[in-house]
Amino acid sequence: CIRFILIQNRAGKTRLAKWYMQFDDDEKQKLIEEVHAVVTVRDAKHTNFVEFRNFKIIYRRYAGLYFCICVDVTDNNLAYLEGIHNFVEVLNEYFHNVCELDLVFNFYKVYTVVDEMFLAGEIRETSQTKVLKQLLMLQSLE
Amino acid sequence: MSPSVPLQEMIRAIRSARTQCEERGVIQRECAAIRAQFRQSDNGGRSHNLAKLLYVHMLGYPAHFGQMECVRMIASPRYSEKRVGYLGAMMLLDEKQDASLLITNSIKNDLSHSNQYVQSLALCTLACMGSAEMCRDLAPEIDRLLRASNSYIKKKAALCAVHIVRKVHDLGELFTPAARSLLAEKNHGVLHGAVVLITELCERNQETLERFRKTVPDLVQIMKGLVISGYSPEHDVAGISDPFLQVRILRLLRILGRNNEGASDAMNDLLAQVATNTDSTKTVGNAVLYETVLTVLHIKSESGLRVLAVNILGRFLLNNDRNIRYIAMISLQKIVGTDHNAVQRHRGTIVDCLKDQDASVKRRALDLSLALVSASNVRSMMKELLLFLSSCPPELRAQAASGIFNAAERYAPSQRWHIDTILHVLTTAGGDVRDETVPNLIQLITNASELHCYTVHKLYRALLTDISQQSLVQVACWCIGEYGDLLLRGECQETEPVQVTEDDVLDALETVLQSHMSSPATRGFALTATMKLSTRITDNVDRIRSIVSIYGSCIDVELQQRAVEYNALFRKYDHMRAAVLERMPVIEKNSPGHTNGESTGEPIKDIQTLKVKQGEPLLPQQPANQVCDLLDLLGGSEVTLQPIPAVGGTAPGLFTNTSSTTGGDLLDLLGGLEPAPPAPAPTVQVYEKAGVALTLSCEKQSDSGLTVTLTASNSTDSDISSFTLQAAVPKSVQLHMKAPSGDSLPARGAAKVTQMVVLNNPNKVNLKMRIRISYSSQGSAFQDTVQIDSFPGLSAAGH
Repeated sequence: CIRFILIQNRAGKTRLAKWYMQFDDDEKQKLIEEVHAVVTVRDAKHTNFVEFRNFKIIYRRYAGLYFCICVDVTDNNLAYLEGIHNFVEVLNEYFHNVCELDLVFNFYKVYTVVDEMFLAGEIRETSQTKVLKQLLMLQSLE
Repeated sequence: MSPSVPLQEMIRAIRSARTQCEERGVIQRECAAIRAQFRQSDNGGRSHNLAKLLYVHMLGYPAHFGQMECVRMIASPRYSEKRVGYLGAMMLLDEKQDASLLITNSIKNDLSHSNQYVQSLALCTLACMGSAEMCRDLAPEIDRLLRASNSYIKKKAALCAVHIVRKVHDLGELFTPAARSLLAEKNHGVLHGAVVLITELCERNQETLERFRKTVPDLVQIMKGLVISGYSPEHDVAGISDPFLQVRILRLLRILGRNNEGASDAMNDLLAQVATNTDSTKTVGNAVLYETVLTVLHIKSESGLRVLAVNILGRFLLNNDRNIRYIAMISLQKIVGTDHNAVQRHRGTIVDCLKDQDASVKRRALDLSLALVSASNVRSMMKELLLFLSSCPPELRAQAASGIFNAAERYAPSQRWHIDTILHVLTTAGGDVRDETVPNLIQLITNASELHCYTVHKLYRALLTDISQQSLVQVACWCIGEYGDLLLRGECQETEPVQVTEDDVLDALETVLQSHMSSPATRGFALTATMKLSTRITDNVDRIRSIVSIYGSCIDVELQQRAVEYNALFRKYDHMRAAVLERMPVIEKNSPGHTNGESTGEPIKDIQTLKVKQGEPLLPQQPANQVCDLLDLLGGSEVTLQPIPAVGGTAPGLFTNTSSTTGGDLLDLLGGLEPAPPAPAPTVQVYEKAGVALTLSCEKQSDSGLTVTLTASNSTDSDISSFTLQAAVPKSVQLHMKAPSGDSLPARGAAKVTQMVVLNNPNKVNLKMRIRISYSSQGSAFQDTVQIDSFPGLSAAGH
């Protein structure tokens, strides 16, 4: 199961942090810094999987943003890698060619997308069309 | 106070702050404004304020004062406010905060709201941060939602149920029937949630697992539908329909099929089909294939299927994508024990991965390669591994070195190869090897008597090139000391002859002695080696004498002590020098009674110093019974120790050192050698009367040490209490009884009492033991004695 999802930029600023496990605030801060340190030193020569404490992190870099999902050691790496890509494609559709600023200024909407696709530490909805339909509906309620 | 700005403006303001200080200023102002706003009553901008606060929180600033506001907003009837309120709850509140309990009621109401989006918000929040109490309260609601709502809610409810089950395990029972019925859904999202829920339930509870085994045919049906059916645009990812659902179903099948023949049979066809039909050109396909392989390997699949799975892993190893190679190696590592031959076929690829640039891939490749070394491929594998060692990252060095040693020890095709390999490792990674390597190597060298000449030549050359690797230098010094005469003779069949003069050798040893890179232990080795050479060379004995006397005033106490003793050897006991410094006997590998004493180079040198004190010509080169001779000498030379007067005031210290030790400790000093594999302890029944039986088993710990285990059992119908054992042994044997495991024996052998007795028999007298048994049963006391004359497991020689 997923322990947390992080979107960070290269400088270490958090654009999204979704926690599926209980951590104190200072623990969260430490985790964010550790993940940043581990992930930014890796380049194309490395695999997309990193052992981290007693979990592992599946990450992928899109432009200047690192999308990191921290999962249990027994989970299927490739499936979550695809999950990340699925999520990014939805963001792309929703924000019409998403860029980092979109995520900054509409951070609460990004959380909505995350909650549509992931829940309770598991992948929830995988069909991009369905998710986008729901998001548009939610938006109309605002 | 400044009017509150809209969210976007605030974000822009924060981003335009050029320094950290400026940013903090902006944020503080905003927070003050927000706090003031919160205190006012309902106004239209509440949701914006909370949103601003959440942004500030995301940047890492404290935002606790917003918690109550979240609670209030959740209770508001407006959707926009509810949404931000719930988002705030998920971000700011967690289980430990008290405020989280306050929202339980709101969640409960919202779960039955008419608007499904409100329901979904509530479900989401509960799934994200629901504490155990909240879960318990709201579980019935979730169950209701699982059964009777539209699919949008059902799938959220399913995952919410997963969270609840994780928090409160007992509630799993509540959700089982609903989960079962959800499998019949068509909607992929709901199906996915249902499979996850069932997986969670089965992992927690064995009975639930049994019950869900019956669903295997249904799951197989669903999978078949996914794999065979045509293009389904909604869930399609790169040509595979809903790979995420496929992966989850495969995982559930794995859990259901483990250790169960029936379920495994039912899935066999399906797994074969998935394995062959899935397109593996993209990562997605590989993800599904990987999960399939894991499933095949974990259930009781037929052998053809297993071969198919290993072949898929082999294909992964050849894939260009590093990710896929990595996970293939992880899986192969798990099965290398069971399907060794299948993995061997891919050995070449695995060895190639040693050269990959990613450190984690290298680590996996190293683990796998070490596991794949076998008698037939050891030479080629070792070549690759040694190559790897010279270029591997430092954190893997120690592991690689010790792995190579183990493999070399198990599969060495010849002694010379073994020695070469160890030397190679020492030269490349000498700093990372374990401490036992030095005595192990020395023992190996002494055993290979025909290679002494070759070994000492090689070591000498290595010493000349580099004296920084301590282990290597220590071994080299020892060998030069022992076999220096072979070195000076110059001829050797195995390597090219090279002329080495005595001065060269002494120069080399002196360099080691004086270099600041040498550790104190290494220096000790070098000094002793120099001393030994005094009997093996002819011309430069004076030079040795001067070296030794210089170190008589060295600051290092250990070196000083040695130097002084050697000086004494030169001056007063010159006639004994030749005998004392003779060749060492062959150290037998598995001679009986060797314990694993200190495992540094010290032990070998201590033997030397002991010989100094003996003062008798000893240790002719006899292969067998070295140990006994040593003991006899130590025992017999109690008398002869006196004539050697105190030398330089340091010798008496050494006297007491040895005279207080028994024969067993002398053998401890030969430590660093492999301990004798403990003989299997046979048990013998020594006493049987009135339903009480006593059995005895013993284990030799050293040549004179013995551990006896006494086990008592009671086969009568009444309990026995105050059960005690007393033991007596002949005078020269030392006895130490450890605490018994208990003193009562319940009836009918329900439990036993064991007691360990440690015996030390330094004089090797015939070992006998008298045991007195006393206990009380049914109110009366019993006592009996039994004599044990022969101990099982001891050799006929009666040690």
